[in-house]
Amino acid sequence: MALLEKRDSGAVLIVDRYSKVEEDAATPESGDVLVSLERLEAERESLLARADSVGVWLRSDQSPSGLADDLGKIELVALDFPVFSDGRAYSSARLLRERYGYRGELRAVGDVLAEQLGFMLRSGFDTFEMASPNALEEFATIPKEVRVVYQPTGDGLATATELRLGT
Amino acid sequence: MYHYDEYDHALVKDRVAQFRRQVERRLSGDLTEEQFRPLRLMNGLYLQLHAYMLRVAIPYGTLDSRQLRKLAYIARRYDKGYGHFTTRQNLQYNWPKLEETPDILAELAEVEMHAIQTSGNCIRNTTSDQYAGAAADEIEDPRIWCEIVRQWSTLHPEFSFLPRKFKVAITGSENDRAAVRVHDIGLIMKHGDGEGAGEAGEVGFEVIVGGGLGRTPFLGKTIRPFLAKEDLLSYLEAILRTYNMLGRRDNKYKARIKVTLHETGAEEFARLVEEEWAEIKESSLKLPKPEMDRIAAHFVPPEFRALESRATAEEERAAGDPAFASWVRNNIVEHKASGYAIANISLKPVGLPPGDATSEQMDLVADLADEYSFGEIRVTHTQNLVLPHVERSRLPELYDRLLAAGLATANVGLLSDIICCPGLDYCTLASARSIPISTQISERFADQGRLDLVGQMQIKISGCINACGHHHVGHIGILGVDRKGEEHYQIQLGGSASEDASLGKILGRGFSADQVVDVVEQLVDVYVELREGDERFIDTYRRVGQAPFKEKVYGTA
Ligand code: SF4
Repeated sequence: MALLEKRDSGAVLIVDRYSKVEEDAATPESGDVLVSLERLEAERESLLARADSVGVWLRSDQSPSGLADDLGKIELVALDFPVFSDGRAYSSARLLRERYGYRGELRAVGDVLAEQLGFMLRSGFDTFEMASPNALEEFATIPKEVRVVYQPTGDGLATATELRLGT
Repeated sequence: MYHYDEYDHALVKDRVAQFRRQVERRLSGDLTEEQFRPLRLMNGLYLQLHAYMLRVAIPYGTLDSRQLRKLAYIARRYDKGYGHFTTRQNLQYNWPKLEETPDILAELAEVEMHAIQTSGNCIRNTTSDQYAGAAADEIEDPRIWCEIVRQWSTLHPEFSFLPRKFKVAITGSENDRAAVRVHDIGLIMKHGDGEGAGEAGEVGFEVIVGGGLGRTPFLGKTIRPFLAKEDLLSYLEAILRTYNMLGRRDNKYKARIKVTLHETGAEEFARLVEEEWAEIKESSLKLPKPEMDRIAAHFVPPEFRALESRATAEEERAAGDPAFASWVRNNIVEHKASGYAIANISLKPVGLPPGDATSEQMDLVADLADEYSFGEIRVTHTQNLVLPHVERSRLPELYDRLLAAGLATANVGLLSDIICCPGLDYCTLASARSIPISTQISERFADQGRLDLVGQMQIKISGCINACGHHHVGHIGILGVDRKGEEHYQIQLGGSASEDASLGKILGRGFSADQVVDVVEQLVDVYVELREGDERFIDTYRRVGQAPFKEKVYGTA
């Protein structure tokens, strides 16, 4: 599994500094942790008071709306694609970026495939956990294959309509 | 009609190149069929019983002659010389070779066409009234809004992996020829009432959600009586986002928005949509006036000549030629411009599969469009073609040309104008064949006098419960089922997809393939016997109920 971070010219491999806390384990005393939404809700105060970074991991059936107030203290939100065809995380990502103003790391995890990178980038993801052995190479080319976009999203790309009208 | 600008062209070209790369990776073995499947489906390429099938989008059913010639050429060069027009205003090629599909898409791109989102769990081709821009009863040309939706929905980053496929239909007229109540979203253009639902005189949309056929048919519900034009995309985005988050993903038979609406309750669903919409109404999704105007400018009507409303040539010919008179009565529809007519070309000749057209026929229709109809052609969801703007005085010539090519079948809207899915002849999901049932019915009712006598009638046939042949909304609906390995057919009566939409009710136990045509004939006989005045089959059925039909078919209980 490789973790990629988007750059202007493609992506770079990065090291995952978070340790994922499994369901039945206790939250470690220190270090950067990635926890479930359930754990965040149960241990909210202690987690948000930590000196180290806290990330939250959402299943695809969990809405990010409950996080809105805490986003200033959360440095990573990981959204799961249990299968590539489960597209709920695209909506969650856009809500986090465009409605709740989340500026931290937004990570795509699960069945993250090269052919969907373009949609993920447009929805606001900036890091990607990918199983493909060619992930870096794929990232450099595939998302740029279709250059025109019609929909305004939080990524700020100029849409065809904006280009037409020069706005 | 709409013409691509540099951005539309660039997108479609990029998409062709992308698909070419994907096909190359599949052919080299770099991608397995399992990995390739979702990619090909995003481009309308299915694997059917015997071969690949490519479904080409005909956005809102509008074609120009150049595009139709290209479709004819592709059928000849890459397929077996014919194409199949579907109930969703698309065209299917049944025998393309995988390695040639990128070339086909490149050919299509040359004439501003594509196969993007003709399959998969995404927003599909938006359908519309086949008479848009020509109909006398139209408030406004709905294709302007279809094109706006087409662009917005193309490669939408958030809505390309919905719980299930998603279909939008828009009509510009109160007489619903686009079956909007059986779509995931149906939009009806209407005037504001000045009392809360839009300004008086303002044109906007009634928004209907959650219609659909398939295993569990539902008629859509109105969730907003009036939506201003500039808010179209923000409102659609609010509906789609609500559905994307809420729609079921645990069972594909419960994943359509009709089930979401049913389980959530229409009022609650509407409330969630409105709540979401309030957040994005004033975003950059609000349609800028110059963009609405730019797209509308593509749909200004052609310059019609000032003509007398009556055409002597037409009347004289009709007086002496009953076949021509039948054709005019059944296939010709009133046009908004005086002295013009809308001419339907039936693709339902006696004894042949509904909706098929050969390359020669497509070429001919393209030529006729140039000569008689400002180069415009329409595809109907009833699987016929239309020349939308024909001078009435030239109808006799047009008829003769069509007649010579076997395209003058005078049955539009009549019993043998059957809607029929591909069924077991092509489809992997089928329980029974549907095409042979359709051809047998058309053979039994081949006599024009009898067809005219029976009058308006819709028979719809599906080869399995997925209902691609829309049997739930046929006046007579026929559903193929598999009974212990044998093809069997269930009959439903009383459906309609028009403004008086209703779902049919099952008549009783089903029939074998060789009984179906006799049963249809019995049903028709009952109607002819019982009808009053100029009642259509559906009107009589609604008045007298199922009992007399049942009695005739099954004998007295
Ligand atoms: S109704 Fe069934 S048989 Fe007919 S095309 Fe659809 S899935 Fe195939």
